Amino acid sequence: MSVRTEPRSIRILIITVAVAFFALFLVLPLVCVFQNAFSKGLTFYVKTLQHPDALAAMRMTVITALVAVPLNLVFGVAASWLIAKFDFKGKDILLSLIDLPLSVSPVISGLVFILLFGAQGLLGEWLGDRNIQIVFAPPGIILATIFVTFPMVARELIPVMKAQGNEEEEAALTLGASGWRTFWLVTIPNIRWGILYGIILCNARAMGEFGAVSVVSGHIRGLTNTLPLHVEILYNEYQFAAAFAAASVLALLAIVTLVAKTAVEGMMRREH
Amino acid sequence: MLLKKLYSFTAAVLVGLTLVAPASAAEKVTLLNVSYDPTRELYQAFNKSFADYWYKKTGTAVEVNQSHGGSGKQGRAVIDGLQADVVTLALAYDIDAIAQKTNLLPKNWQTRLSNNSTPYTSTIVFLVRKGNPKGIKDWNDLIKPGVVVITPNPKTSGGARWNYLAAWGYALKHGNNDEAKAKEFLSALFKNVPVLDTGARGSTTTFVERKIGDVLLAWENEAYLVVNQLGKGEYEIVTPSLSILAEPPVALVDRNVDRHGTRQVAQAYLEYLYTEEGQEIAAQNYYRPRLESVAKKHEAQFAKLEFITIDGDFGGWQKAQQKHFADKGTFDEIYQVNQ
Repeated sequence: MSVRTEPRSIRILIITVAVAFFALFLVLPLVCVFQNAFSKGLTFYVKTLQHPDALAAMRMTVITALVAVPLNLVFGVAASWLIAKFDFKGKDILLSLIDLPLSVSPVISGLVFILLFGAQGLLGEWLGDRNIQIVFAPPGIILATIFVTFPMVARELIPVMKAQGNEEEEAALTLGASGWRTFWLVTIPNIRWGILYGIILCNARAMGEFGAVSVVSGHIRGLTNTLPLHVEILYNEYQFAAAFAAASVLALLAIVTLVAKTAVEGMMRREH
Repeated sequence: MLLKKLYSFTAAVLVGLTLVAPASAAEKVTLLNVSYDPTRELYQAFNKSFADYWYKKTGTAVEVNQSHGGSGKQGRAVIDGLQADVVTLALAYDIDAIAQKTNLLPKNWQTRLSNNSTPYTSTIVFLVRKGNPKGIKDWNDLIKPGVVVITPNPKTSGGARWNYLAAWGYALKHGNNDEAKAKEFLSALFKNVPVLDTGARGSTTTFVERKIGDVLLAWENEAYLVVNQLGKGEYEIVTPSLSILAEPPVALVDRNVDRHGTRQVAQAYLEYLYTEEGQEIAAQNYYRPRLESVAKKHEAQFAKLEFITIDGDFGGWQKAQQKHFADKGTFDEIYQVNQ
């Protein structure tokens, strides 16, 4: 039951503003991406995406996500379990540390790795002597992505776990289950939709990250370019339609993410 | 079950990390050429030609990977460990920086190949919109009120530094070598610059795609690319009475080629730039060739004009950089006054 006291004119005004804003900032850019992507026809679009450099960029993006997302899943579950279920000194510090990657500019996130692993960096000489290449190579891209996407899973899980409380775990422990067993059979099933939600967000960010990855990539085409960097390269080469074609893949990813996110939210609601 | 998944994750991580290790010796040699912004098209064509040449000569396939960006930024990346076998940058100062800050290559790198290690040259010209509506003919037209000039930021862009020095040279020549007058001239010029992009490509995009400005100060090769490929009939090139001879140098990165075992092929790659085939490709991409025979063939393509040079008129890049582009240099002075 809702009580509406605003006059009709105000309601219409507010709705119009909201719809106009939505159209201008979300729908139009999306339409623009696809319109430009197909401006030279479907054949050109397919050919652009089959270019070896484009395929290499997609491969790099997928590999990065395949490493970053599972690792952050493990970190995220462990960290949120610790924070939601236990009390200990320094909990607030841990919480703000988890949020750190969200509060610094991605460019700084990338530079940190140059300062650490670059040839002039803290570990540069040691790595150089052993012929280990971290920055300007795939490991650097993966590390930067892990750093940037670090909070995505934990931030989704902490509220879910807190809302769940400790009762079910305590019951399991009282009935004689080991801590490990309780974790797998009670804690994990309770947060499974939260985990899925976190994975979706983490994956979207891992595949779409530009700033941090741009700093550590070295921009070697075919080797250290991810899809977002490939878009920039094409744009700088005056291949505008090709750039938008590559961008449309990222836009599609965003749409898939959005749909998956909504579906998972629905599942979560139904369970409660 | 979940444990099993955990194992497969770990396996995936390990697979990711093994990418660190250099690929085992295959039949194919790879080189990394770290270059500046507008050479993309040049090296695309050149790499193909060199690969054919090297395969015929030695039977080994060679793949040259490219990395492009603002010249200063690219030099910085090599200093920080980007594994370049060769660097082909916009100006000697950026390779000097690599030699000074690291031991990747010797300080006398520029004497190792002929023509100061610059196999091709270029210059700075004006790109104007069709019909030249503002009637721009020479540098002094750029300081007229109401003329909007597009040039990148000399702090980050190699091309922008050439632009700046060319304007400075013109102002000195037409102002009885009075430096105060040259400073005034540059100050008036930069009053007409509404936006400073970080690289030459950014400025071209500003001018061509965003349609901002009446005149773009551009590399000659970049200007030709726009006129012939991007906007046929929409732009015109105006060659000023005087400009600077831009010498983008190339160098072998000794420590990296020794580490990769690619010294021989990398050296051949740079030397191939000086051959008739290499020079022809440079000319086709609107770089001015050094080789007389190729220069003659493409004579009509390049306008004749008076050149000043970095070594002859500015005492080399170290001096020019210190005086004009370092902190509190002339660029800072005029740009801060303008703000």
